[in-house]
Amino acid sequence: MSPMAIHAPVPAATDPAVIRNFCIIAHIDHGKSTLADRMLQSTGVVQPRDMKAQYLDRMDIERERGITIKSQAVRMPWNVDGADYALNMIDTPGHVDFTYEVSRSLAACEGAILLVDAAQGIEAQTLANLYLAMENDLTIIPVLNKIDLPSAEPEKYAAEIAGLIGCDPDDVLRVSGKTGVGVEALLDRVVAEIPAPQGNTDGPARAMIFDSVYDTYRGVVTYVRVVDGRLSPREKITMMSTGATHELLEIGVSSPEPIPSKGLAVGEVGYLITGVKDVRQSKVGDTVTSAAKPATERIGGYEDPKPMVFSGLYPIDGSDYPVLRDALDKLKLNDAALVYEPETSVALGFGFRVGFLGLLHLEIIRERLEREFDLALISTAPNVVYEVTREDGQVITVTNPSEFPEGKINEVREPMASITIIVPSEFIGAVMELCQGKRGQMRGMDYLSEERVEIRYWIPLAEIIFDFFDQLKSRTKGYASLEWKTDGDQVADLVKVDILLQGEQVDAFSSITHKDNAYSYGVMMTGKLKELIPRQQYEVPIQAAIGSRIIARENIRAIRKDVLSKCYGGDISRKRKLLEKQKEGKKRMKMVGRVEVPQEAFIAALSSEGAGSETGAKK
Amino acid sequence: MPSILPEGDPAPDDGRLPAHVARRVREAESAGAPRTFSLYVHVPFCEVRCGYCDFNTYTAEDLGPGASRSSYAGTVTGELDFAAGVLAASGVPARQLETVFFGGGTPTLLPAADLVGILGRAREVFGLAPGAEVTTEANPDSVTARSLAELAAGGFTRVSFGMQSAVPHVLATLDRTHRPENVPSAVGWARDAGLEVSLDLIYGTPGESLEDWRTTVEAALALRPDHVSAYSLIVEEGTKFGSSVKRGVQADVDPDDQADKYLLAERLLAEAGYRWYEISNWALDPQDEGMHRARHNMAYWRDQDWWGAGPGAHSHLAGVRFWNAKHPAAYAQRLATGVSPSVGREEPDAEARFLERVMLGVRLSEGLETSVLDVAPDGGAQARGEIAAMIAEGLLDGRAALAGRIIPTLQGRLLDDAIVRRLAGF
Repeated sequence: MSPMAIHAPVPAATDPAVIRNFCIIAHIDHGKSTLADRMLQSTGVVQPRDMKAQYLDRMDIERERGITIKSQAVRMPWNVDGADYALNMIDTPGHVDFTYEVSRSLAACEGAILLVDAAQGIEAQTLANLYLAMENDLTIIPVLNKIDLPSAEPEKYAAEIAGLIGCDPDDVLRVSGKTGVGVEALLDRVVAEIPAPQGNTDGPARAMIFDSVYDTYRGVVTYVRVVDGRLSPREKITMMSTGATHELLEIGVSSPEPIPSKGLAVGEVGYLITGVKDVRQSKVGDTVTSAAKPATERIGGYEDPKPMVFSGLYPIDGSDYPVLRDALDKLKLNDAALVYEPETSVALGFGFRVGFLGLLHLEIIRERLEREFDLALISTAPNVVYEVTREDGQVITVTNPSEFPEGKINEVREPMASITIIVPSEFIGAVMELCQGKRGQMRGMDYLSEERVEIRYWIPLAEIIFDFFDQLKSRTKGYASLEWKTDGDQVADLVKVDILLQGEQVDAFSSITHKDNAYSYGVMMTGKLKELIPRQQYEVPIQAAIGSRIIARENIRAIRKDVLSKCYGGDISRKRKLLEKQKEGKKRMKMVGRVEVPQEAFIAALSSEGAGSETGAKK
Repeated sequence: MPSILPEGDPAPDDGRLPAHVARRVREAESAGAPRTFSLYVHVPFCEVRCGYCDFNTYTAEDLGPGASRSSYAGTVTGELDFAAGVLAASGVPARQLETVFFGGGTPTLLPAADLVGILGRAREVFGLAPGAEVTTEANPDSVTARSLAELAAGGFTRVSFGMQSAVPHVLATLDRTHRPENVPSAVGWARDAGLEVSLDLIYGTPGESLEDWRTTVEAALALRPDHVSAYSLIVEEGTKFGSSVKRGVQADVDPDDQADKYLLAERLLAEAGYRWYEISNWALDPQDEGMHRARHNMAYWRDQDWWGAGPGAHSHLAGVRFWNAKHPAAYAQRLATGVSPSVGREEPDAEARFLERVMLGVRLSEGLETSVLDVAPDGGAQARGEIAAMIAEGLLDGRAALAGRIIPTLQGRLLDDAIVRRLAGF
């Protein structure tokens, strides 16, 4: 059994040979945070009295949902056979919306712990990240967690893992983050198997940013992995993507609280503080170099975050618009992927069109806006980004159905996704039927074991951002796991369906859909609105239209009787109060032309259509 | 009247009214437009609770001290004495009663002598104006030739029968116990006694066809009553009917069906010489002379003054509304201990008063004088725009508007609440 380190290696003066940089690849609820907590305890960097569950997940939402959104790095000392080591555990986001952040975290490591729930086996998301890790030539240490559970089947899942990564089932470690069994052995394996980092000690400094977090008191805290050379306090550094130069106000390591150091040397992982206030000035994937002796070549793999899903966010109370604007401005400081611009909807008033990495990202932002800023919001149905080429060759990028051009169109391109679904084999038919119905093209199918199969499809992104995951779950009794990544685009027969109330277009309900689905969308939406909008003094036709062609129509018949038949002495107070209540209710009506639409109708029509599903998050 | 009391301020134990009530009454009198004074007497007893009814009524004979059928007349006359004391103490000038109305419940469950006795005490306490209208509601089964004659002899001038429907299956759905064939004899006795007769009808009961409704209206007209009230069935929460609808075991009313039936009633009644003068009320008045209208109810719609006696009864005096304890036992208990039976009171502010005036006035064939709108903050400019729009839409009578009255058309009567909202600016 390994003791805690006696002389922990000192940052900036640590031989790369005793450094081990690793991350943990795990499905959302397979116990990564609990294992990480246990490691913090075993290595002595967190005292038992300071321990709180899921120590590294700082935001409330992360802790409640069990999702790690922002990764962090912790330096832990460890002693094996009398030698002291410095272990850097880089915590990766567990969700596919954050694939790019995952890839940068992996790029900062030499090895990865593959953590699988011994009662559930590997899930699609884990598989995806495992592929990423193996492509980065990371050394994989396979681990089954939760072996203390009565339902654990370690033999079965060890065989499954062995089949995937090509090792012996006996090499799969068995641990329990909950009881601590096997955790020290795991730390020993990390030291023994994961290669030490290598780099040019004397070359120009190059450090890769794998995370960037806004802190109210300190400004942006940037997490880096030093690849070559070293970085020192007070020196000027340059961000190679922008050429911007900042002074290093502080440099140090997390253990897990930040501890300033005399710098960071080759192979080390730590944090930088420069005083910038916006994470956009310290972008994930960018290379940090010394301004005095700059490197010439950036570390590869940098990409700008690209929003994939757009939705309109509107305050239910129009006077909250400035609050929403300030709230988005604040969240943006900590989220380089969040983009937004003001938007006006005839029906919903002033709001913002907001771009997200994916649906979970959307939900997290929405939830934070509602929770941290006390906002009540309506969000329009999410849509993807389309490239529309008009007859005259002009290409228009459409992030909002209202931007979809009128008139003749040469082609519309829609973004595609590669999805991987892992499911018990009895559900293959159900999954194929669902994917086919969503215009998916099958790309392959592999048996992971006798009972579990991996199914791959190429499918329009737009088809999976609505209720796909919910449908998948219900058709597979909850057994399916889903992973997706964007993968190119395709030309598709897409149209914009508008919804008209008494001839007036209701922008919030416009939708871009495949031609084959336009009719069903039109029928669904007109039918729903017929139920939600109260009868008016006039007949109100509700139409769904493609351009000027009506494809579906419902009618709200004119109200014929709107009078209380009895109004005698004792009824007067009651009747007046009823009218006064109606007057209050009127304030929550939105006018579309001369049609009164209750705000609740918008919310109901949009919410059941909207982002109901969340891909894999714990509730 | 509905049994649920509105929310209001607590009323003082001595029932004393604010000083401006007396002032307003005097001012109206000296301006040559005196506020008329009426009495409503609530009788909270019924033989059977009808499933649709949410009125403040009870089937038990004895609801506690002072609240049994036999002691009720004594209790309610006690309130008349109390009322006279309150009015005098509040400085309100004495006024004779222009109208008296006994409602319920089923007032005729009390012996005619009791009703006459209550009326007699009202005459003693307030005085009856010459030609005063005195009405009682009655169930066709709860009267006899003799009881009606006794009422007429005691000063009653009018009886309003709850006929509801002439169709047995409709009456059954409504839980009405009377047999349709009893109505003609009751009407005949009333006529013989010299009483004016009004018939109450209900339309739109689930299961009632348009033909059923026609049968009912024609049956009523065949009796040539002086007055007809026709109400659409309202499903009230808290009634047996309401909960059956909620549970889905009873079909709900259909407003379109009720609209059709209203139009049919208007046509049949008009052809027979009856004129509408309020949304749900028609009077036999072939020459359009304002004959046979229910003057008591007109007082409500014209925003006049009345005292409401009995449990849960509402009163209105020059802008102050107040109401009595709902349960007959609680009501009697208060009176017995010298405490005002009134438990709640409200004084609607200017905006609320305006809304009341509008909502009451546009229910009437005499309409609302357009000058009422001048009190709106914008001097009525917006309301006048709405009036023009509603004339164009066929909801308001354009000629009447030019002459300064807001009067709904037939279509407007069916959408009267929408007219109120638009005049009130929402």
